Amino acid sequence: MTFDGKPGMSPQRRRWRRTIALALVTLAILAVFALVVPFFAEPLNATRVAGFPLGYYMAAQGSLVAFLLLTVWFIFRQERLDREAGVAEPEPLDAGEEL
Amino acid sequence: MRKDKVAGRAGQLYGTVAGLLAAFIAGLVVLEQIGVPQQILGYLFVAATLVLYAGIGIASRTVHVTDYYVAGRQVPGVFNGMATAADWLSGASFIGLAGTLYMLGFDGLAYLLGWTGGFVLVAVLIAPYLRKFGAFTLPDFLAARFGGHAARLTGVIVLFVCSFTYVVAQLYAAGLIASRFLGISFEAAVYVGLGTVLVCSLLGGMRSITWTQVAQYLVLIVAFMLPVTILSAQHFGMPLAQLAYGEALEQIAALEQQMLASGLADPDTLVRHLVPGEALDPLNFTALVVCLIIGTASLPHLLMRFLTTSSVRDARRSAGWTLFFVLLLYATVPAYAAFAKLEIYQNVVGASLEALPGWIYTYGRLGLVEICGTAASSADAVREACTAVPDNAGVLRLGDLSIDRDVIVLALPEMAGLPYVLAGLVAAGGLAATLSTANGLMLAISNALGHDVYYRTLDSRAPASRRLLVARLFLLATAAVAAIVATSRPSDILSMVAWAFSLAASGFFPALVLGIWWKRCTTAGAVCGMIAGFGLTLAYLVMTQYGGMAEWYGIRNTSAAIFGVPVGFAVAILVSLVTPAPSRHVQAMVEEIRKPAGTPVMVDGAS
Repeated sequence: MTFDGKPGMSPQRRRWRRTIALALVTLAILAVFALVVPFFAEPLNATRVAGFPLGYYMAAQGSLVAFLLLTVWFIFRQERLDREAGVAEPEPLDAGEEL
Repeated sequence: MRKDKVAGRAGQLYGTVAGLLAAFIAGLVVLEQIGVPQQILGYLFVAATLVLYAGIGIASRTVHVTDYYVAGRQVPGVFNGMATAADWLSGASFIGLAGTLYMLGFDGLAYLLGWTGGFVLVAVLIAPYLRKFGAFTLPDFLAARFGGHAARLTGVIVLFVCSFTYVVAQLYAAGLIASRFLGISFEAAVYVGLGTVLVCSLLGGMRSITWTQVAQYLVLIVAFMLPVTILSAQHFGMPLAQLAYGEALEQIAALEQQMLASGLADPDTLVRHLVPGEALDPLNFTALVVCLIIGTASLPHLLMRFLTTSSVRDARRSAGWTLFFVLLLYATVPAYAAFAKLEIYQNVVGASLEALPGWIYTYGRLGLVEICGTAASSADAVREACTAVPDNAGVLRLGDLSIDRDVIVLALPEMAGLPYVLAGLVAAGGLAATLSTANGLMLAISNALGHDVYYRTLDSRAPASRRLLVARLFLLATAAVAAIVATSRPSDILSMVAWAFSLAASGFFPALVLGIWWKRCTTAGAVCGMIAGFGLTLAYLVMTQYGGMAEWYGIRNTSAAIFGVPVGFAVAILVSLVTPAPSRHVQAMVEEIRKPAGTPVMVDGAS
């Protein structure tokens, strides 16, 4: 993957490249659920899931839940990137003065 | 660092608040059973919740600058998420949104998508970096990143215009609720709401507001969920309204066909509930979603809440918590709209004019329900108005009925014949949503004036005590002006809210995103980009609304940022490329805010 850059790159630089890649992927998924799925609501309405017309359901609740899952996934990935590059903040338990 | 007593015991404190709230509601149910008049129940509800907010506000008052501006930066992620959700969920979301879905059918869902999707943007692009930066206000960040007064003052102007538009809408909503449930005049109601806002924000600034907003979130979410849960259990045998309203949707679609067949509805004006494109064409729908998403990630009163967490990690996580807490409400809104629509299609449309349900007249007297073109204040007024309408056969047709969108949520408990306590609870929840947002907005405005204009621009040697005094004086002045504007009842509140989003999106989003993500962005680029984007959006709004200008590509002015944001980005990038790169010092600062670890760039709002 080009975003991983050259082998000699510093951990911080590599982390920033990966952060940008993660942001782009997250925003692309956001666009799919916020814009593409509602655009196809009419054909999706032909399908019924648990008593709901699928097109309406996705725009009313399905995409919203997808946003939440996407955010949780993003936070998890970003925190791992930060830890691996050694730029994460100390956990509150390690640093008594933080509390 | 001083340890925040509230932050340390927040879980315990708010567990107690939630318990008291439950006991209070149960107590009022008993009072209603033994025949206490409705007016008194309404008063008790509103008074008790206002005392709760004021009490929290007074208990968490402060004399420290860091507490006043950013709640001491010790708010745990979960509680900041709750407070931010209350900050976010305004009168428009609580009262107006279900009504919007009722009116627009599928196309109203653009608001749900925009107002939740925006938090993804907040978590990914903005909140963690602003927190690392360590500023007190948004213009503070712009000034440090882009140097000098130009960026700061442009930021203050954008902040002021979008927040003020929004705060007027909140006070208007507070007046609407209080006048319905307290029976006082609209103007008096606006000032009552304003009074409690001031107690919280004057005494303790961000610290008071944060802990008040947590309580307000609890009140508003209970108030929103309880009626619809009971209704769902009664009608569909399933208390989870969010899953049960599918059946209501089916029945609505079937009733629409029946009404068309029997001539009760006109095929030209009926908005079919499940079909996209009935109220907004696909282009406008998409544009509105985009503008609301970007606007969410640009509204200063929301973004400044992420400056209160104790770490960058917590800022990011609390964006996730906020999304969770607002989702609880937003996922319930479609159920409200469906239940209300079903109730009206089943029991109001097609009913004899002599046998309309009582809630029609309750809200008709306030001018919020119109039948046959006049306010439905009494059965006689309705009969008189409808005899004047040609080919009226004494039966209410869909086209004869016009309901203000703000009525849907407030009236649903009465529509469904639930106890009056629930109507009072909804009013208290609506008030909580409205006041918490007004609090946040008011603080954003007064901080910008007190900190950015007075301290940073006019008198940089002012001692802390005088800075706080000036911030509080500005708060009072802002509140007074906002109340005067609100009592003049400016028309079309929902459009004003959408405008605030478009203005914030085009004014702030390009400068914020480029300032964080593009080191090469220069002062001239950012300032020109803000002015161009904001100016274009403002001009489009004013020209299409008042100047009679034709809409470009048919885009409504509520989505004006669809032009302003790309222009803002383009101008900022082009101007940056032709001006010299930012100094090494600024570039190092941008590098620094990209790393969570280490000390903030600004400490106590000073670099």
